[in-house]
Parts: sequence; C-alpha cells; structure tokens
Amino acid sequence: MLEEIQNILKSALGDDLIIKLDESSSPPTIVVLKENLLAIAHQLYKHEQLYFDMLSCITGIDNGAESETMEVVYNFYSIPFERSLMIKVMVERDEKAEVPSLTEIWKTANWQEREVYDLFGIHFNNHPDMRRILMPEDWKGHPLRKDYQDPEKYRGMNVTYDRDEESQTFEKNTINTKSEIN
Amino acid sequence: MSTKIQYQFKKDNLTNSAPNKYKVDELRSEELVINLGPQHPSTHGVLRLEVLLEGEIVKDVVPHIGYLHRCFEKHTESLPYNQIIPYVDRLDYLGAMNSEHAYAMGVEKMLGITDQLPKRVEYIRVLVAELNRIASHFVAIGTYGMDIGALTPFFWLIRDREHILRMLEWVSGARMLYNYIWVGGLFYDVPVGFEQRCTEFVAYLKPKLEELNSVLLQNKIFIERTANVGVLPMDLAINYGITGPMLRASGLRYDLRKVDGYSVYPELDFDIPIGTGEKGQLGDCWDRNQVRVQEIHESLKIIEQCVEKLTKEHKRTKEFDPQAFVPKKIRPKAGDFYVRAENPKGELGFFFRADGKSDKPFRCKARGPSFVNLSIIPELAKGGMIADLIAILGSIDIVLGEVDR
Repeated sequence: MLEEIQNILKSALGDDLIIKLDESSSPPTIVVLKENLLAIAHQLYKHEQLYFDMLSCITGIDNGAESETMEVVYNFYSIPFERSLMIKVMVERDEKAEVPSLTEIWKTANWQEREVYDLFGIHFNNHPDMRRILMPEDWKGHPLRKDYQDPEKYRGMNVTYDRDEESQTFEKNTINTKSEIN
Repeated sequence: MSTKIQYQFKKDNLTNSAPNKYKVDELRSEELVINLGPQHPSTHGVLRLEVLLEGEIVKDVVPHIGYLHRCFEKHTESLPYNQIIPYVDRLDYLGAMNSEHAYAMGVEKMLGITDQLPKRVEYIRVLVAELNRIASHFVAIGTYGMDIGALTPFFWLIRDREHILRMLEWVSGARMLYNYIWVGGLFYDVPVGFEQRCTEFVAYLKPKLEELNSVLLQNKIFIERTANVGVLPMDLAINYGITGPMLRASGLRYDLRKVDGYSVYPELDFDIPIGTGEKGQLGDCWDRNQVRVQEIHESLKIIEQCVEKLTKEHKRTKEFDPQAFVPKKIRPKAGDFYVRAENPKGELGFFFRADGKSDKPFRCKARGPSFVNLSIIPELAKGGMIADLIAILGSIDIVLGEVDR
C-alpha cells in the first residue's frame, strides 16, 4: 500500500520527494522534507487515487536537546479508500522552527497547528491565526519541550511548589489563627 | 500572621492572558462585542466565546479555550502506561469507559497482545462502553433541551442516566471515573447478577425512549427551534475533521466501530443511523439530536447481544481471570502508533511514541473529538441569530475536559 502511494506521488511530483518509508509504525509512515510538504499534501488531497480527505491528527514531538530535532506528525485518513497514512516532517529545534501550514487544504489544521505551536513553539507559515490556544497568551515558553522549565511564578501564583513547604506554611498559618482566636 | 500573596491583581490581567480578537475602538458603530462565558451554563463548561454582533446577527465567533487545561500530555511523559488510565478517564468525563477502551486498545496494539485477550473480556468492555455511550448521549440531549428551553427531558434523562451510573458503580466502584478497563484486561469481572440487571434496564429504557421521542424530538416547539438551524454540509464537515454523531447527522455513514471493526464489534449486529433532513435540511441541529437518539437504540441492541453472549457462550467460570493477561511490565518496542476509536462524541485518537527503553511513553497525544468538533463553531454560527448560537453550540456536544485536556 505504501509503495503504491509512493509511486503515485513520485509520478506526480518527481523522484526525490520522499526520504524514507517506515512500514513498522502503524499506520505506515512517509518521512518528507518540510519544503516538499505542501506539494505532497496537495497531491494527497487532490489525486483521485489517493484522496485523503480527512486530516485526523497533528502531533508535535520534541526529540530532546541532544538530538536537535523536532517532528510534526500528520495522520490522514481516506474515507472512500478506507486507508490511513502518517506523514512525518523533521524540524530543526530552535526558536525559528517553521513548517508550512496545511490550513488552506484542511480547515481542521487551524486549531491543531495552533496547539502544536502553543506547546512546542513550531511556527506554521501562512497560518491565518497563529496564536496560543491552550496556554495563556502571555505565558513564557512552550511546555511540551523536553527541556521546558516551569516559571516560578505566574502573576504572584506559585506554578511549581514544594509540597512540604506548602503544608508547613499551611500549618503555621492555622496555628497562628488559633493563637489569635485564643 | 504571615500574609501570602496568592494572586497579584492587575486590571489588565484578563486582557493580557486571553486578549480579545476584536478591539472596541476599531468596531463600527453598529457592532458590538459580547463575551459568552467562561462561567455560563449554556457553554457546558469553561468555554469563552467572544461574539461579534450586529444587532442580533452574529458576525463572528472567536472561541477562547484552555481554562481547563490540565497538562494531560505533559503528565503522560512521566507516568507508566497503566497509570495513565485514570488521567484518560478525566479527558471525556462523561464517556470515561469509552476513552479507557480506546487507550487500552492502543497500548495493547503496541504490545501486540490484541488477539490474545479472552472473548469475555472484550464483550464486557463493549457492554460497559455502550452503557456509557448511552449515558453520555443522555447528557448531550438533556442539556441540549435545557439550553433551548425544554426543561422536562433533562430531568427524565438525568434520572435514567443515574441508573447507568449506578450499574457502572456496581461494576467498578466509581460513578464517573472508573479505571475499570486495564491494559490487557479488566479490573474485575462483572458482579454476579449484572447481566440480569442489564436485561432489566434495556426493558425499562425502551418505553422511556418512546416518551423522549414524543416529548422532545417530535415536539413542535423543538422542531421549530432546531430544524434548519446550524446546517452543516458533509464536505465542510469532513474538511473540518468532524466525526461522530455530528458527521453522521450530515449524512455520511461513518462509524469507526464499523469502519475499523475493532474489539468484538464485527461480531455484533447494529446499524449506523444517519441524518435524514426529515424536519428541515440535512445536517441541522434536529438531525444531530435525532442521530443521538437513534444511536441509543442501537447501543441497546448491542447491550442485548453482549448480555446474550456473556450468559451463554462466554459464561462466567471460576477459572476466568480478567487480569490474566495484564502485563506486569509494559514496555512496548520502539515505534509510532496512532490508534482511534469511536467515542460518544467522535473519533478519539491516541498517538504514541515508544522509545523501547522505558515504561513511559516518550510522547502520548490525545486527539479529542470535542476539540476538533468545536473548531467549526465560527463557521456554523456566522450569519445566524445570537439565540441560534446557543442552539448550535449545544448540538455539537462538547466536553471541556476533552477540549482543553
């Protein structure tokens, strides 16, 4: 099945688009360069033998600081042909990480790409509304990166807290209140 | 007494943390921005809708979500696979059994033990999942009626939902968040007499559904209020990734229980109801509720068949151990997996990446149907009346626990 998709893509777009096929993952995966992603996506959507009309899921993955890469994984499904496909794109791991947006083809990419941007800091080019979606707009950092550190405070509220310290202050406060009552 | 600052109040905190898309100074004089939520009962949770109005006509809707963000995906990276199940419950807390089923299936697929499970385990899973699906649809239909002014069906449905919750409590020990379906098995066999109770419940519920049909779905006021409102064409629905009853109401016979045929669903006989456009146009709010009610009938059919199998073919035996295939240590081989299942709201997908070296997932993403389904609200509400916005939002049937994760 994967070979077939590969051949269709090659005949439509030329030979050197696909980096790697991966049959072991489920559903089978094609790894592509991000420069070619948009062209391939258009083919996947339009080509009458492919017709992947549903974009189910967009996942961001951070491979950690030592590997210097992040990934964006797209899960497609073709309703008429009843088959799934996974597309992977590698992104460099820095503040300028960029991937073309698929919003112009699948509208569902809008929110899912915003989520990836929010949690990983991967920018999507030509996205109509690139804002954070789950975290507050003025939050610092992208939480799902492996080296993410929680800020100590957000508006005076503790973000991370030491459980023991917290319970101690609580006890102290209760004792103080009691003595005040007495 | 030590005074501890818990929150620094500043006037512009809200405008900085979730700024409005529309600035008041830039509006035309006939336009108005109102804020719906996050604390409003008809938003079904903590959802904030920024609505741009011209008179009573909705010009644009900007949803602001994330008020219930509990870092599910971050938590999963520091937990072993089996300990994630209680967190999965809390995604879609109205259909926790279904989410557990999807998650357990995913991890089993990674381990390659899907075919080893005893049939009795599978049938119990399907039985409890379908019970939970009915409960979830009851909340969807009941609160929807309440949103648009029909109070009675809500009480009836919550009453009947309570029967299901008590049955599931009997099974698992918890009312809503069960942790019952484990990776490779179940927490426990169903209690003695549970199958009998299911049969009684099905017999009890069938006439109640007829009542529901006549009091709500065939009610003239309800039809007037929902027919031709929020019409969602099929191609747009697919483009937006809409799944579940919403997509089926738009006329596509697409149900993962049939399409993927996971668990024992291929052995069961049930239909997939789709929207008909009977009272208005295909894919309107009435169709979406009609599909949900029909699905309850189908779920009852499945429950009857499961009970039949559990009392005859795959009987309770002394030797049966639902935990027999629960792995002591879950360490899947390295690879990427995307697993999906049909939840009451639509396609719940889990993306896993295992590194093959640890008991914890390297990455686990939940693709919640509520999150994706909610993204269509600007498209549906644009150009309609503000009162219809509430009718449309209710018919999408979102659970904010899953939207924000």
